[in-house]
Amino acid sequence: MMEDIEVPYETFEHGADMGIRGTGKDILQAFENGARAMFSIMIENFSAVNSIKKINISCGSFDIESLFTAWLNTLLAEADVNNLFLKDFKVTEIKDFVLKGSAYGEPFDPLRHKKGVEVKGATFTELKVFKKIDNEAWIAQCVVDV
Amino acid sequence: MELNKLEKLDECLWQIQRRGGMRVPAIIYASSDLIAGMDNKVYEQITNVACLPGIVRAAIAMPDAHWGYGFPIGGVAAFDPDEGGIISVGGVGYDISCGVRTMLTGFTRDEIGQKLPMLADRLFETIPSGVGSEGSIRLSPSELDDVLLHGAKWAVKSGYGTDEDLKYIEEHGVLEGADPSCVSDIAKRRQHRQIGTLGSGNHYLEIQYVEKIFDQQDADALCLKEDDIIISIHCGSRALGHQIGTDYIQILGQASKKYNIPIKERELVCAPIRSPEGERYYKAMACGVNCALANRQVIGHMVREVFADIFPQAKIKLLYDVSHNTCKIEEHDVDGAMKRLYVHRKGATRAFGPGRKELPAQFTNTGQPVFIGGTMGTHSYILVGKKSGEALAWGSACHGAGRAISRNAALKRWRGRDVIANLARKDIFIRTGSLRGAAEEAPDAYKDVSKVVDAMHTAGLAKKVARVKPLACIKG
Repeated sequence: MMEDIEVPYETFEHGADMGIRGTGKDILQAFENGARAMFSIMIENFSAVNSIKKINISCGSFDIESLFTAWLNTLLAEADVNNLFLKDFKVTEIKDFVLKGSAYGEPFDPLRHKKGVEVKGATFTELKVFKKIDNEAWIAQCVVDV
Repeated sequence: MELNKLEKLDECLWQIQRRGGMRVPAIIYASSDLIAGMDNKVYEQITNVACLPGIVRAAIAMPDAHWGYGFPIGGVAAFDPDEGGIISVGGVGYDISCGVRTMLTGFTRDEIGQKLPMLADRLFETIPSGVGSEGSIRLSPSELDDVLLHGAKWAVKSGYGTDEDLKYIEEHGVLEGADPSCVSDIAKRRQHRQIGTLGSGNHYLEIQYVEKIFDQQDADALCLKEDDIIISIHCGSRALGHQIGTDYIQILGQASKKYNIPIKERELVCAPIRSPEGERYYKAMACGVNCALANRQVIGHMVREVFADIFPQAKIKLLYDVSHNTCKIEEHDVDGAMKRLYVHRKGATRAFGPGRKELPAQFTNTGQPVFIGGTMGTHSYILVGKKSGEALAWGSACHGAGRAISRNAALKRWRGRDVIANLARKDIFIRTGSLRGAAEEAPDAYKDVSKVVDAMHTAGLAKKVARVKPLACIKG
C-alpha cells in the first residue's frame, strides 16, 4: 500500500544534475514512484496535473537496473511525442526484463501549470534497484540529466 | 581532489602517472586551488578514460572538470583508428553538440538604452524555452532527415540566416558523415517540434555587453569594443541528441562486450572506430551535431527578427558558433607525423590556434573564438585558441564555470523569485517561465568562472580577449 511508505518519491544530491528515487512495496511500485520523482522536477505544482490522457508503455532491457532507465527514458520520449506532462504511472508487469505499463497526464496548460526544469534523460549514474535490508520496501533510483 | 595524488609539472599542469590499466597518463590543466575543489570522481573518470584502447598521448581534464557520465565533464581524449581506437558515447555526452553562438549586434549599451527590457520581453516571447515548449517549425520525416544531413545549411536554405553565417560555424555549419538511417524513429519523432527551441537547465540566451578588453589586437580582429552589445545563445540538440545517446549506450554496451573492451563505468561504453557499431554511432552522432547547428541557426535568425522589429537599422553578424559536446575527425601532429584522430570533447570547446585550415580567413591570424559561459549574474569570457593548445590538448579549452553547489542544495538555499529580484537590483533582467530553474541557476551556485579562465590562459590552452557581462538573460 502507498500509505505504508513514508516518502514514496524524492530527489537526491548530485554535483551537476539531480538524483531521483522511488520507493515501493515491490519493484513495480518503486518504478512507478521513480517516474513520479522524475516528472515532479518538470513541473512545480505537480498535483495540478490531471490524468486525462493515457498512454501505454512497453520497454525492455538486459537487467533490472537498465530496465529502470529504459522505463524512464521511454516515458520522457512518449511525453515529448504526445506533448504531455505525465503524472500517474502504472507498471502492470515486469517479466524477463520486459516492462508493460501505462502513464497518465495532460497537455501543458500555461494557466494552471508552473514549469519546473526539463529532464533530458535518465542515466546510469547512481543507478540502483534493490530491496532495503531494514524493511520490505524496494528502491529504484538514478541520476537524471537536466 | 587530493593534490598529493598528482604530480605538478607546471603552475596549471598536473599529471597522473600511468598505473594499473592506464595506457597513457592523465593530465589536468588547473590551478592548485581549482584542483582542491574538484570532485574525486574526476580523478576516477579521467584515469578510466586513460585505459581506453587507442587513446593517444593522454586523457585530459580541463580546469572546469567535474563528475560526468563516463568521461568527466571537461574531458578531452583523442583516439587513433589505426591503433584500435574507440568511439564512446560518454566522450560526447547526452546533449550532442551543445554549444554557444555569439552574435555582434553593432549597437552599444547607450544605443540600446531604455529599450533593453522590451528587447528581453520580445526575445522571451519569440524564442520558445523551458519544459514542454515547442517551436513554430513543424518538420515532416523527410524534412527532419534534411536537418540531420545538412545542419545549419538546411536552416539557411530554408530562409533562416545567410550563407555568410555558415563561414562562422564550426564545420561551416554541417558535419559530414551524418546518416539519418542510424538514428532511431523515436529520436526523430521527439524532435519534429523542437527545432528553434532553447530548452531549459543551464541553457540560456543572454544580451551581454563587453565590459573589459584584455587583448586589443585580438579584440579588433573579432570586431569587439568595450560597451558593445552582443547576444550569446547556449543550447544543443534537444531531445534528438539525448535519444541518440540513450539508444547508443545500449548498442555500444553490447559492442564493448563483443570486442572485449573492459568498461569501468557503464556510460564509458564504446566500440572500435572501425567496427559496424562504432561507425553507426559516429553517423548518428553527426546527425545530432547537425541538429544542434540547425537549432542555433534558427534561434539566431529569430534574434535578428526581434532586433529588426525594434531597431530597423540592425545588422547582426554572427561572430562564431562553438560546440562543446562532440567527437570530431581532425588532423593532428603526433610525434612529428600528421594523423587523423577522433577527438572527443565532453564539456570542452574546440579552440584551434592561428593557421588551422578549418578557420575562416578572419581568424587565420588570431585563432578560433572560444566562448566560456559564466552565470547569469557574473561574467562570461571570449578567448581565442592558441597554437600551443594543439600540442597540449588537441586544440581544446574549457566550456563553463562548473557548478559549486548541487541543484538540490541550490533549491534549499534560494527562492527563484529572490534570485530574480536580486539580479534586477544589479540591472540584470531575467525572463523565465520557471522559478525553480532560476533558483537552481542562481549565480552563487557556480564556481568563479574567472579562476577557470585564468587557469586556461596560464596553461596556454587559449588566450583571454574580452570579459562580457549579462544585461538580460532568457532562461527555460
